[in-house]
Amino acid sequence: MTSTPLVMLHPGEIGSVKHIHAGGCATKRLYEMGFNTGAKIKVIKNDAGPLIVSLSGNKIALGRGLAYKVMINRDI
Amino acid sequence: MAWSHCRKKEGKFEFKGNKYNVVDLPGTYSLGAFSEDEIVARDFILNGNPDIVINVVDATNIERNLYLTTQLLEMGAKVVVALNMIDEAEKRKIKFDLNRFSKELGAPVIPTIAAKRKGINELIKQSVELINQDVKPKTQISYGEKIDQEIKKLKAFLSDKNLEYPSQWIAIKLLERDQYIYELVTNKIDLSSSDEFINTLHQLKNRTEDYELEIVNKRYEFASKIVENSVTMPEVIVETKTDKIDKVITNKWLGLPIFFLIMLLVFQLTFTVGEDLLGGLMASGIEALGKVIENYLITINSPELLVSFVTEGIIGGVGAVVEFIPLILVLYLLMGILEDSGYMARAAYVMDSIMRALGLQGKTFISMIVGFGCNVPGVMATRTLENKKDRMIATLINPFTSCGARIPIYLVFIAAFFPKRGGLVLFSLYLLGTLVALLMGKIFSKTLFKGESSYFIMELPPYRWPTLRNVLRNMWDNVSGFLKRAGTIIFAVVTILWILAILPLGVEPYSRNSILGQIGLLIAPIFKPAGFGTWQAAIGLFAGIAAKEGVVATLGMVYAGVEEGTALVTAIQNAFTPLTAVSFMVMTLLYTPCAAVIGTIRKETNSYKWAIFTALYTFAIGWLGAVLVFQIGQLLGFS
Repeated sequence: MTSTPLVMLHPGEIGSVKHIHAGGCATKRLYEMGFNTGAKIKVIKNDAGPLIVSLSGNKIALGRGLAYKVMINRDI
Repeated sequence: MAWSHCRKKEGKFEFKGNKYNVVDLPGTYSLGAFSEDEIVARDFILNGNPDIVINVVDATNIERNLYLTTQLLEMGAKVVVALNMIDEAEKRKIKFDLNRFSKELGAPVIPTIAAKRKGINELIKQSVELINQDVKPKTQISYGEKIDQEIKKLKAFLSDKNLEYPSQWIAIKLLERDQYIYELVTNKIDLSSSDEFINTLHQLKNRTEDYELEIVNKRYEFASKIVENSVTMPEVIVETKTDKIDKVITNKWLGLPIFFLIMLLVFQLTFTVGEDLLGGLMASGIEALGKVIENYLITINSPELLVSFVTEGIIGGVGAVVEFIPLILVLYLLMGILEDSGYMARAAYVMDSIMRALGLQGKTFISMIVGFGCNVPGVMATRTLENKKDRMIATLINPFTSCGARIPIYLVFIAAFFPKRGGLVLFSLYLLGTLVALLMGKIFSKTLFKGESSYFIMELPPYRWPTLRNVLRNMWDNVSGFLKRAGTIIFAVVTILWILAILPLGVEPYSRNSILGQIGLLIAPIFKPAGFGTWQAAIGLFAGIAAKEGVVATLGMVYAGVEEGTALVTAIQNAFTPLTAVSFMVMTLLYTPCAAVIGTIRKETNSYKWAIFTALYTFAIGWLGAVLVFQIGQLLGFS
């Protein structure tokens, strides 16, 4: 299965984290915010400005630049 | 988001006749040495030797919160988990198998609802019991075969080194390339000897393979597994109240207008209630008190010098600060409500797009909003920025956000020249300060700190009704800081200024022949191009570098022999013109922040260089702004 950057997902779509290829610090922060491998993510808002996603029921806003670097497996 | 919780706080309580100290550590997600908050928290847990660590976790957010718990347990701390907001979790249909949860985690778990003070007694009871028990935490996470091997190898080396922390934990931290622990270990051993351990350490330091991320990842997997086994999550995530509110608040079109409306409301309320209503009452109270003290001192035949010092120096100077406490009080009350309700995170979200266009990010704007109250907490609020570049820029531009202490200066000049357009003048000044801050931010991100990429990530907590307790506590934390300042720094400043004003002995106090006057004469020529090159104005600005509250008090003394009131306004009318009043206000808005801010910048950046840089470049910008206003104003025919 091919993965897509998180930023490509539409609101309402669900996927799981496959890989993050941001810099060391940013990747670590993402893990710490719950974006570990396999974590289920639902996109809530993705229009202008940062994305809002839901991660085990919590809302997290992340910038579009960062959202390009989170690779997602769609529809698991 | 924890701009108000950065410092650790302490308290005491008694339980069954024993006294306990409680230390509240800054809220963090992890205990790496990553952000300032984390370092503060970790240092205390490692070096403060706490008997017990109470880890408050958010029951609605359990997976991510458990990450910190696993780190605490790995550190060998005795942990009691307070499973907080359990009512909110139940509302969301999240169910806990508490027994299993506690067993798999290896720590007691107590459900609590802190906002309603439920479960607190049980929490204290369990914690106290655990203090007296001699249990070793047994949590051990498997990091995969390869890393586990490395840990084992390091542990063998560490076991005889007599380090004060558990060797398992040190081994993991070494693999995570934790600088602090690396130094701790290398300080203990002789690096020049060539045993196998040192070779291993060197290898670790120069290794390219990244264990670090894998370790973080595995820790999460560990937490996920516990949650999977003992927590039942609802199948479909129901749209909560928070989601519904967010649809409006973070809306592409409505988000910004709502944000500006809320900010407008905050400042309106602050000025009408804080300044006009309560501030006025406070001022007359202090004036009356001053009179009483003055009369008393005269009746007991105190020396004239003492009377002058007390009434002019102390009551004038410190009183000027105290008068303005209601304003700070109201501002922090409203800020606290925004923070506690969950709106502040949305404000950062909404502002992020605009800020990004300027090379900054959303959280930077929050530190600026805090700066409108006082730049000291404003600079400290930059701690929530993860990225060094973002944080440095936010720190350097914070002084341009017009802090509350500058308001009295504007008010005097407004009363003297623009009594009918006060609101407009104030608004323009705030706007100018904000624009200069953003412009400088843009310049810094393109010059001093280019190259480092910045990223934005933050949690949007669920909306909730702010609790009176949190809001009041937050307010008190900030206001008590002000009172301390009034009692120490400003008192000292006032005293020094007063001494400079009456020396050499026999000179008329606050005249041009006093030392203070001479200093003014020396500086004054610098401000000639800005239109206010008088020694009096120069002294006012000089005092303002010590504390902004000193500007009005000093101007009052040198112009009129009073701190405030109509006599001062008349004196200002004689000494300034509408144009020079504007250029003077622009100068006070932009020039060097007070000593307390410079000191905070030094502390937060851990560098004298940046503190001095800030002091100098803001002065240059302020001077430039004032000169531009005056020169262009003259060309346009204003006077």
